[in-house]
Amino acid sequence: MHAEKESVLTGIHFINGDTACCEGLLAAGAKFAAGYPITPSTEVVERFAQRAPTVGGLFIQMEDELAASITLQGMVWAGQKSFTVTSGPGYSLMMEHIGYAAMTETPCVFVDVQRGGPSTGLPTLPAQGDMMQARFGSHGDYSTISLVPNSPQECFDLSVTAMNLAEKFRVPVMFMMDECVGHMTEKVVIPPAEEIEVQPRRRTSKPPDEYLAYEVGEDLVPEMAHAGEGYGLYITGLTHDKKGYPLMNPKQQRELIPRLFEKISRAADELTIVEADGVEGADVVVVSYGITSRVAMRAVHLAREKGLKVGSLRLICVWPFPEKLIRQLAPKVKALIMPELNMGQVVIELERCSGGKTNVVSLPHPGGTVHDPLVILEAIERGAQ
Amino acid sequence: MLTELRIAGFGGQGVILAAHIIGNAVTLIEKGYATMTQNYGPEARGGAASAALVLSDEPVLYPYLTEPGILIAMSLEAYTKFGPEVKEGGFLLVEEDLVQLDALPKVPKCKIYGIPATRFAEELGKKMVLNVIMVGFFSAITKAVSPEACRAGVEHEVPKRFVDLNVKAFNRGYEYGLDVLSRQGERTRPGEEMISGLELENHPR
Repeated sequence: MHAEKESVLTGIHFINGDTACCEGLLAAGAKFAAGYPITPSTEVVERFAQRAPTVGGLFIQMEDELAASITLQGMVWAGQKSFTVTSGPGYSLMMEHIGYAAMTETPCVFVDVQRGGPSTGLPTLPAQGDMMQARFGSHGDYSTISLVPNSPQECFDLSVTAMNLAEKFRVPVMFMMDECVGHMTEKVVIPPAEEIEVQPRRRTSKPPDEYLAYEVGEDLVPEMAHAGEGYGLYITGLTHDKKGYPLMNPKQQRELIPRLFEKISRAADELTIVEADGVEGADVVVVSYGITSRVAMRAVHLAREKGLKVGSLRLICVWPFPEKLIRQLAPKVKALIMPELNMGQVVIELERCSGGKTNVVSLPHPGGTVHDPLVILEAIERGAQ
Repeated sequence: MLTELRIAGFGGQGVILAAHIIGNAVTLIEKGYATMTQNYGPEARGGAASAALVLSDEPVLYPYLTEPGILIAMSLEAYTKFGPEVKEGGFLLVEEDLVQLDALPKVPKCKIYGIPATRFAEELGKKMVLNVIMVGFFSAITKAVSPEACRAGVEHEVPKRFVDLNVKAFNRGYEYGLDVLSRQGERTRPGEEMISGLELENHPR
């Protein structure tokens, strides 16, 4: 299915990442957003509030992030593609309902434009400190998908992907931007609607008397019915049976929770979304994501000018982590270097998947700005020895 | 070729719009690459505002400025804060009524050019077009972005009913810039390299 023409602002623009993200979600079919605007994510919903009425959509500014993060899920079950947008402090408040979306298999997108933290931290400056929260922030155990763009162009392209994956796997997808990418203005090319692939809602073809809300097929993803269509839906965060009714016992827990993981893990290859540059035959590979990947690339170029064999592996999808790829790569290189705008989060996973087969170097940074490329260069030089 | 540029002034002077016009001109018209970042704070209430642009003919990796070659300063604070970071041989373009040259600190040798942009804007009937006059001045003096592309950038960025006024403002700044260059060119004696600007440390007060 293609994007709806009236939702797509086809053309070449000079816009910031937040605005591009909004346009991507619109192109992907989002008709509804609820939010409690917070710096540096405000421009996403500011734009959406202007654009939504022109495409038959709606933006509601809620009283807080808890309300925003559950309102959007009501709208999903009412039949619309929906998202919310926030930053660190608001993201923490949304955690409860991210778990609810995972448990009820509500397809939606949570955009987190990361800023320096913890707490209110640095409202107008970048960080990547919410990466583990994106994976493990809500209580209980669940699996989800996190995408990380590194440019306004990718804020557009990848937010389309985010919405598509949410619909395909029926999970909340975390769109992990950062202040730098969100507020950075660059050229963004928005293609014609017919060139934008959009994943439609996975709706049941069964009549109400045969439909079971959580009956799954081959890919372990159930099909949806919308409220008000005569299907008598029961949606709950409690452990539930195929009908969606609460059934709270160990047997049902075992039937439900591992499936929430497996529907993602069995698509590991499809969800290994990376950009590799010169990784084959490299002595050292810099593994990075988001804005840090651009700074890392500058360091990689400097290292290559010095004659070093350096590759760059950019994680576009950080969760699920590209485990297989790292397991294959680790024994072939002298070092894997991971700069992040946090004190070392995703590097824990990199280290785990490397299994001691290579030297994993963490380059932590508390955020507020980006790495000095020379610091990464120095680590590359040390790693190559 | 990589050009690093900062535009700074008070909130309300149109610092961000000026950066948008140049970014537009480079990316949409000249088919180059531009990455713009801006400082956030209480700018909208009259505090200090600044925007940074990295212009290049290939995709920009590092998003911030490392060694700006051009500063467009529309306030004294902007000048004193960002002037010292401009690299040797770089351009300092100032609103000369707001940036009193006497108050300038010693900075590395740069080419400095002044324009009474606010006065020009008032003559055009709208003080708010001073930013676009500065963009015109910037295009004429630095030649970093062509006037045609900048004009197209202006047309793209300002509301339709203000396009004519803003194009006039751009032209005013651009022509003044050419005039400044030609006047300085006249001072060049045969056999001497053309003085493309006044060196800050020797600036006649």
